[in-house]
Amino acid sequence: MPSLKALRTRINSVKSTQKITSAMKMVAASKLRRAQTQAEAARPYAERMERMLASLAAGAASSPTAPPLLIGTGKEQVHLLVPVTGDRGLAGAFNSSVARLTRELARRLESQGRTVKMLTVGRKGRDILRRDFASRIVGEVSLAGKRTVGFADAQEIAARIVGMLEAGEFDICTLVFNRFASVISQVPTETRLIPAPLPAQEEAATDGARAEVEFEPDEETILAELLPRALAIQVYRAMLENAAGFYGAQMTAMDNATRNAGDMIKRLTLNYNRARQANITKELIEIISGAEAV
Amino acid sequence: MRFELEIVSPEKLLLARQVDMVVLPAAEGELGVLVEHAPMIVMMRGGPIRLYEGEQVTDTLFVSGGFAEITPSRVTVLADEATPLAEVSRAEGERRLAAAQAAYEATDKLDVPALDRAMNRIQAAQAMIESAQAP
Repeated sequence: MPSLKALRTRINSVKSTQKITSAMKMVAASKLRRAQTQAEAARPYAERMERMLASLAAGAASSPTAPPLLIGTGKEQVHLLVPVTGDRGLAGAFNSSVARLTRELARRLESQGRTVKMLTVGRKGRDILRRDFASRIVGEVSLAGKRTVGFADAQEIAARIVGMLEAGEFDICTLVFNRFASVISQVPTETRLIPAPLPAQEEAATDGARAEVEFEPDEETILAELLPRALAIQVYRAMLENAAGFYGAQMTAMDNATRNAGDMIKRLTLNYNRARQANITKELIEIISGAEAV
Repeated sequence: MRFELEIVSPEKLLLARQVDMVVLPAAEGELGVLVEHAPMIVMMRGGPIRLYEGEQVTDTLFVSGGFAEITPSRVTVLADEATPLAEVSRAEGERRLAAAQAAYEATDKLDVPALDRAMNRIQAAQAMIESAQAP
């Protein structure tokens, strides 16, 4: 049986932990709202970009001079994985689930004899993956210290990916990130960036209308300008979903922690009161038996 | 006859409304679009987008580049960045021009696509300064 004093200290320490976790939950909730609004605001551009790209890419994909961003390098040897994670922890399994999916992907590709390279976005993912794949990490991007994700950050990452493609450093690029399904559920997902996935089924329907579209300056130039932007948009979207998902996960994790701390306080208080009562009873018995002896 | 105009930047939907005519800074010169325009996809250089309602220019936005998709009933502008003309600052334009010129000097003179891109940046910055001057 721990002493009364020890119990008291223990209760106080759990109480202050609870205060911290509940404050963190509140902060995460308000940041989540901001991140969600930002993610929603980015949707129209991404949707329209996709539509435009679909109408452009259909014709270009079959031509032999199609840019590698669209059709890839024609090989499948070197894979670049881009795991997007948060910069901080205390968010449950949020970061480790992306890391796990990345690890599984990398293992599978390597067992097929492919070469794997990684470009990590977010500090936590790098920290986790460094343990097993230190030699495969070719670059890292940290967003620590930034309050919100800007499109410029995504453009920077996209420019790096394009640069690596032009230098022939990889053939296929895959993005791994937590898709924001809801506040309490984030699903680790892999999306292929290069070669660009095309919405194949829609093309047949729009083909007739497409033929009449005019281009200025010309199809190829537009496509060459459009593709890096489309890539940046996809990265941007993943980063926004990652941000929103991170706060969602953190909120849930902190909510659980607050509840657990509450349970623990209840249990400790019960123990404390029992010990106090036992002490009082013991003292009474001592006094009474002392008085009887006189 | 009006048509729907949408201007979106990567960060948000900036504007969506009915207009009579819109003048876009297309890559090969200004392009005025009325309703029932033939479908087109154009690239834009830096410059002002002017919105006409009736005979009046009701709004002018500065874009630093992007794309526009034109269909008979709708125009969608995918701008890299769009600011109302009143908020365009000359100092910002000059700062960008200096940065763009420095980037141009730094590019390999044999790398033609990169030179083109640097040139576009300079033009966009110059267009920004010009738009800021106009009252």
